[in-house]
Amino acid sequence: MTEETGTIDAAGTTAPSGSAEHTEETPAVSFDADPATYRHWTLDTSGSAETGVAYLRLDIDETGGIVPGYELKMNSYDLGVDIELYDATQRLRFEHPEVRTVVVTSAKDKNFCAGANIRMLAQSSHPWKVNFCKFTNETRNGIEDATANSGQTYLAAVNGTAAGGGYELALACEQILLIDDNSSAVSLPEVPLLGVLPGTGGLTRVIDKRKVRKDRADVFATTSEGMRGKRAVEWKLVDEVVPKRAWDETVAERAATAAAGSSRPADASGVALTPLQREETADGITYEHVKATFDRDRGLVEITVLGPDGGVPESCARVHELGADFWPLAMTRELDDLILRLRANELELGTWLIRTQGDVEDALAFERVIEQHSKDDWLVNEIRHYFKRVLKRLDVTSRSLIALIEPGSCFAGALLELAFACDRQYMLDGTLDEDDSEQGDEAQIMLSASNFGTFPMSNGISRLGSRFYGDDDHVAKLRQETDRRIEAREALELGLVTDAPDDIDWEDEIRIMLEERASLSPDALTGMEANHRFVGPETMESRIFSRLTAWQNWIFVRPNASGPEGALRKYGTGRKAEFDRRRV
Amino acid sequence: MSIDYSEKIPNNVDLAGDRKLQRALESWQPNFLNWWKTMGPAVPTEDVYLRTAVDVGKEGWAQFGHVAMEEYRWGVFLAERGDDRRIAFGEQKGEAAWQQVPGEYRADLQRLIVIQGDTEPASVEQQRRLGETAPSLYDLRNLFQVNVEEGRHLWAMVYLLHAFFGRNGREEAEALLHRNSGDLDSPRILGAFNEETPDWLSFFMFTYFTDRDGKYQLGTLKESAFDPLSRTCEFMLKEEAHHMFVGTTGIDRVVTRTCELMREHDTDEIAPHGGVPLDVIQKYVNFHYSVSLDLFGSEQSTNAANYFTAGLKGRWQEERRKDDHVLTEDSAKIDLVRDGVVTQDEVPALLALNSDLRNEYVKDCQSGLKRWNRILEKAGFDQRLYLPHVGFNRHVGLFSDHYVTPAGDLVGKDTWEAKEDCWLPSEGDKVHVQSLMRPVYEPGKIASWIAPPTNGINGKPFEYEYVHLA
Repeated sequence: MTEETGTIDAAGTTAPSGSAEHTEETPAVSFDADPATYRHWTLDTSGSAETGVAYLRLDIDETGGIVPGYELKMNSYDLGVDIELYDATQRLRFEHPEVRTVVVTSAKDKNFCAGANIRMLAQSSHPWKVNFCKFTNETRNGIEDATANSGQTYLAAVNGTAAGGGYELALACEQILLIDDNSSAVSLPEVPLLGVLPGTGGLTRVIDKRKVRKDRADVFATTSEGMRGKRAVEWKLVDEVVPKRAWDETVAERAATAAAGSSRPADASGVALTPLQREETADGITYEHVKATFDRDRGLVEITVLGPDGGVPESCARVHELGADFWPLAMTRELDDLILRLRANELELGTWLIRTQGDVEDALAFERVIEQHSKDDWLVNEIRHYFKRVLKRLDVTSRSLIALIEPGSCFAGALLELAFACDRQYMLDGTLDEDDSEQGDEAQIMLSASNFGTFPMSNGISRLGSRFYGDDDHVAKLRQETDRRIEAREALELGLVTDAPDDIDWEDEIRIMLEERASLSPDALTGMEANHRFVGPETMESRIFSRLTAWQNWIFVRPNASGPEGALRKYGTGRKAEFDRRRV
Repeated sequence: MSIDYSEKIPNNVDLAGDRKLQRALESWQPNFLNWWKTMGPAVPTEDVYLRTAVDVGKEGWAQFGHVAMEEYRWGVFLAERGDDRRIAFGEQKGEAAWQQVPGEYRADLQRLIVIQGDTEPASVEQQRRLGETAPSLYDLRNLFQVNVEEGRHLWAMVYLLHAFFGRNGREEAEALLHRNSGDLDSPRILGAFNEETPDWLSFFMFTYFTDRDGKYQLGTLKESAFDPLSRTCEFMLKEEAHHMFVGTTGIDRVVTRTCELMREHDTDEIAPHGGVPLDVIQKYVNFHYSVSLDLFGSEQSTNAANYFTAGLKGRWQEERRKDDHVLTEDSAKIDLVRDGVVTQDEVPALLALNSDLRNEYVKDCQSGLKRWNRILEKAGFDQRLYLPHVGFNRHVGLFSDHYVTPAGDLVGKDTWEAKEDCWLPSEGDKVHVQSLMRPVYEPGKIASWIAPPTNGINGKPFEYEYVHLA
């Protein structure tokens, strides 16, 4: 992530001072976007019905930063740019079944993308930087997910210099074509120029995905000008260099080849992702199927996911007809939006209480539709993978997640994954008989096939597999327990919940637990939770979060990067950073 | 099934209206009774003339009558107070006292209550067999009164655990019955409560010195920001005062009898004449006082500082103290050994809170010594009883690695051990005291080694049949 050294306009500017962190004046971030009003991207699907190829062109509006204080020169991006990118990737999957290849390229001459804007990073608070990087990482993982699971292959047509985050964006694509104009290069100049890491998957993907030898990766990541031409191919940094005159043609050819192998359906029509209906107040956000109530005194937010209310579609055709109103899709979109907003805008609500409310049977009926059709229907498949990605968002959310399983809840199958994503699960044993025992049935959960691998975590295994890591026998035993109602005491015995207090204890236990949690160090909690959530094997994806991001976040708070004399602050001032030379 | 809760379990915590508390106590109560039967007083009785608290008011807190002990109505009482109590000290000084346990302090408060609660049944266990050698029915009755009230104090702590600490609290309440004094596998938490109370002289010493530690601990918890704990302890302090009365007058009567025997036989060596020699009394004082000092914990304590700052545990008579009640800027002197001499050191006041409480305790202990010396003086003897130096015979705190004589001199291990039998009860002393312990169950009669009390209980004469043995 950098802007090219020579061209940055440093004349007469000074580095932002330490007090310039904009925590206070940061506006609430909205994640709404619409291709018609994109400021930074154009999504060109004009030929895709015929060719199966869409073009996603980066054309950043320099004056369109999401917060004031910097110009987005050289196709450098900030959170606002990435919000549009995320929107585009989602729409490509849901609205454009005809798109089989997505060509990511630049509309600007000579600049593919200069990565994250340095001035933006230099002036940003630590939480902003971390949130920004997490979101961009998730979007890039989503791009790879589209390639792997949607038959929608991303191809980077690097038609100018790709530096830092620009190259990292290309790395998220399945293929990288680099224009051979004797000047355009790919580079990761963060270490030599900025004293930080290429933290949006760069270091990881170079070695894990591109399989670049580690010594070469070392050379590459410390060479600010990057690499081009044959050597870039030889080092596997790009797949192909293409002369300028054959550029468009070759890109189209490669795109067509990729499209030919796609599993996307013929003659399908997409589903419009209509704007989310959302009511925001100072005390919460309410969607149709998800609601969040803020409790600022206690530093928590109570999230309730409302299950479907009957109306199980009788056919796949009906699912398509319902489109964005189909409950699993509607609920997932709302939950996704809520997670993003809470993460970006409600830093002090450190605990998320997650409940569901609805009918267990209805929830499972919907899930059966997904299960039956996810292999043969592209839309159902998309919904499944979308819910998977939202669950993963929850997994990497730096908040304490607590599931409360109470009477009237519908933690069944896929929705039960929400509870398993939490750090703890509390299930009420019996009913709260404040209403003279007339409240209804006891709380129940239900396992289904979905809990055994349909929604893997970033470590590649299911949440149950992670929960009972190393105890395959128990997981096998749990497989026998699917599709039946499990009440609190049994859930506790099966290890599916943390605790199952009865009505005598429920209120006190929960209150005390939450107060206790709120009194602990938020940093220690974040670190502890992140360690506990991801057990077992590493994948490229998990390494990006657990290793690259963790190191990056450490470097971000170190004076060598963000101190007044640090590299991030000194960049573009014409002055050199002063490092504390001690290795830590 | 309808139970008249106010009849069965006297209380002022609206037990009848609190279904949750009822269910918790109902499952606990049979276990308590079972514990009482197996670990409580060993001497079988029909009934005992006991005081029962049925209310917190003047009328209610002391109702006398003969009661079968297993039918004693252990109640739950909190001192009555206004709802607008404010926190008197620490970081949150001036804020409203807590009516619920704040989650942030759950673990600490629970620990404090469990430790306090653990001592209550422990003393019943320690004194289990004492009834077999009671010097009179009056004393036997006092022992039982102390026992049932320790039982009630256990109830008070259990109430707090049940009402405010959820499942964890219930489990801890259960564990209070499962740990037993002197049990090798599952002993009581504090060491001093795992020693059997072997004889009545020890019992009086225990109620004077060790129960007085309890008084001071309760006094600090009475200041707690957690209002139910504060109110519980305030009421317990009332009963605790009676236990110390048993100790104070008990030692009064031993000293009185010792004086009589010394005069009668014109010798200090009254052991052969069925009395407790004065120097043995002094050794018992030395032992029980020093062991009780250990219960205050280390003179310098970060735990105590944290509890204070958080508002969990105040100082003795916190609100009467004339300082800022926050103490972050204050300093205090603590006793310690440095460079081979017993001296004092100035440390931050917050770290010296255990020492502060201990100093209050020491002052209070002095008053008993004055009383007993007055008896000696009146009887025309020059000998005096005294409290040994705070560093003497300590196993906890800054003196625990040093050998300090009762006079406060630092000596070597060998010197100290050579003199140990002069300062602490020797085997011979214990055997002698033990030999005096013969039960006297006849109304109006008393053992040879102790004088009768000057007054009976609740206006009844000494001869009254306080206990009907089974």
